[in-house]
Amino acid sequence: MSEWLLDGVLGLLLLGLAGGALHVRQLYAGVLLFIAFGLVLALAWARLGAADLALAEAAIGAGLTGVLLFAALARQPQAGSEPRLSRRRRLAAVLVLLPLLILLLPQLAPLAELQPTVPAQIDAALAQSGVDHPVTAVLLNFRAWDTLLELAVLLLALLGARQLGSLQPQLSEPWPLLQAWGRTLAPLLVLAGGYVLWRGAASPGGAFQAGALLAAGIVLLRLAGALPALLWSFWPLRLLVLIGLLLFIGVAAACAWFGEGWLHYPAGWAKPLILLIEAAATLSIAASLSLLVIGDEPEPQP
Amino acid sequence: MSELLDMLSWLLLAGGLLFFAAGSIGLLRFPDTLSRLHALTKADTLGLGLVVAGLSLRADSLLEVAQMLLIWLLVLASGATACQLLARQCDEEGGDE
Amino acid sequence: MSATLFWIAIGFALWLLGLHGLLTLRHALRRIIAINLMGSGVFLVMIALAARHDPSDPLLVALVVTGLVVAVSATALALRLSSALASSTEHER
Repeated sequence: MSEWLLDGVLGLLLLGLAGGALHVRQLYAGVLLFIAFGLVLALAWARLGAADLALAEAAIGAGLTGVLLFAALARQPQAGSEPRLSRRRRLAAVLVLLPLLILLLPQLAPLAELQPTVPAQIDAALAQSGVDHPVTAVLLNFRAWDTLLELAVLLLALLGARQLGSLQPQLSEPWPLLQAWGRTLAPLLVLAGGYVLWRGAASPGGAFQAGALLAAGIVLLRLAGALPALLWSFWPLRLLVLIGLLLFIGVAAACAWFGEGWLHYPAGWAKPLILLIEAAATLSIAASLSLLVIGDEPEPQP
Repeated sequence: MSELLDMLSWLLLAGGLLFFAAGSIGLLRFPDTLSRLHALTKADTLGLGLVVAGLSLRADSLLEVAQMLLIWLLVLASGATACQLLARQCDEEGGDE
Repeated sequence: MSATLFWIAIGFALWLLGLHGLLTLRHALRRIIAINLMGSGVFLVMIALAARHDPSDPLLVALVVTGLVVAVSATALALRLSSALASSTEHER
């Protein structure tokens, strides 16, 4: 009974916040509601037993996306009112969605009854994977390709964003209390990031969560004025962005060259290799995400 | 003994929820930004403190209590900072709505 | 109705809500939010399916963790594009 109460409240909150984020009159309020939606979604992940996801969502959905949306909102032209579709066309959109609902729901519903067989296979193979936490094993061993390509996507997004010129966020002078709190928080954030990364081998956590946490920390510190501007011309920063992908490809190539094939870790080497890749990926994810969110300073013109 | 602890913990939890509810009502009903902030931060600090105290009585180990206390302290400090930021922003813009 | 079915329904409803927003809203920021909502709906369906097994099916959770980071980088790029568009139209005036 109490479980249904929690489920129902969470589900209805999600739907209500989503509807509000889309249709509330002021854009500013919509952005705020969307951030609240991210927080409630993190709770929903925790309720559904996906602690890995709850960690990542809390850092990304509530922290980074919020900063991103507010920064974008500040750069939108101050147009008076948004263009709105007429009531008839909105109704037409609903009529388009109805067949989708009727077609897809009967396809989705039977899935709830099926019993998956994959977890048993993963459990059986877990001993050889080098880590004890099945999600980390899937991410960095069984389906390491996904993770490699995902790092590549992150890099491409960053390069694409850089093509649009520098962001030049207009940071106002931070207040003393925020500065002091930022300085107090900085070591804690680094500690939390490292802890989440290290724990990822045995329990929920890992490179993505730690990277997102670190990125949120970097953004906070930059906004509090506790960090200097990030300069793209500063070569260690570029190295940080690239190191995860480079190391991953290097390990994959070495495995193909000396071992059995791409990303087939040699027996006994899995754990140190996974930890190495995870550490590098964490740094890359943190650097790329924070650059995507706050951008780098424009190059000084010669 | 354990029953007494149980009762006490329920009382503390209920008190915490009461403060959260009062803070939410204040957030919705108070007329201007500053008094809303006042209601919100009071509710956060005290409500979360009472909930942490209530849960501490049920914790299995001291480590859990220490973790919850740490969380409470962090929320306390960041709540105070965020509240001050909002209040100053509102002050600079000169009123609201 | 089981909890799995309930969460699948919520995820599907979120997806439809996002799609409806995408079809009817005209502001760039709102459309980006709508696409994000659609993504969240898909993630919710996947995690509801993962929760059929106890503990959660690690394959689906890992896929969604990957998807989350891809979604945020796509969102960041989309927001930058919308900002660039906004500043260029302002420039023309």
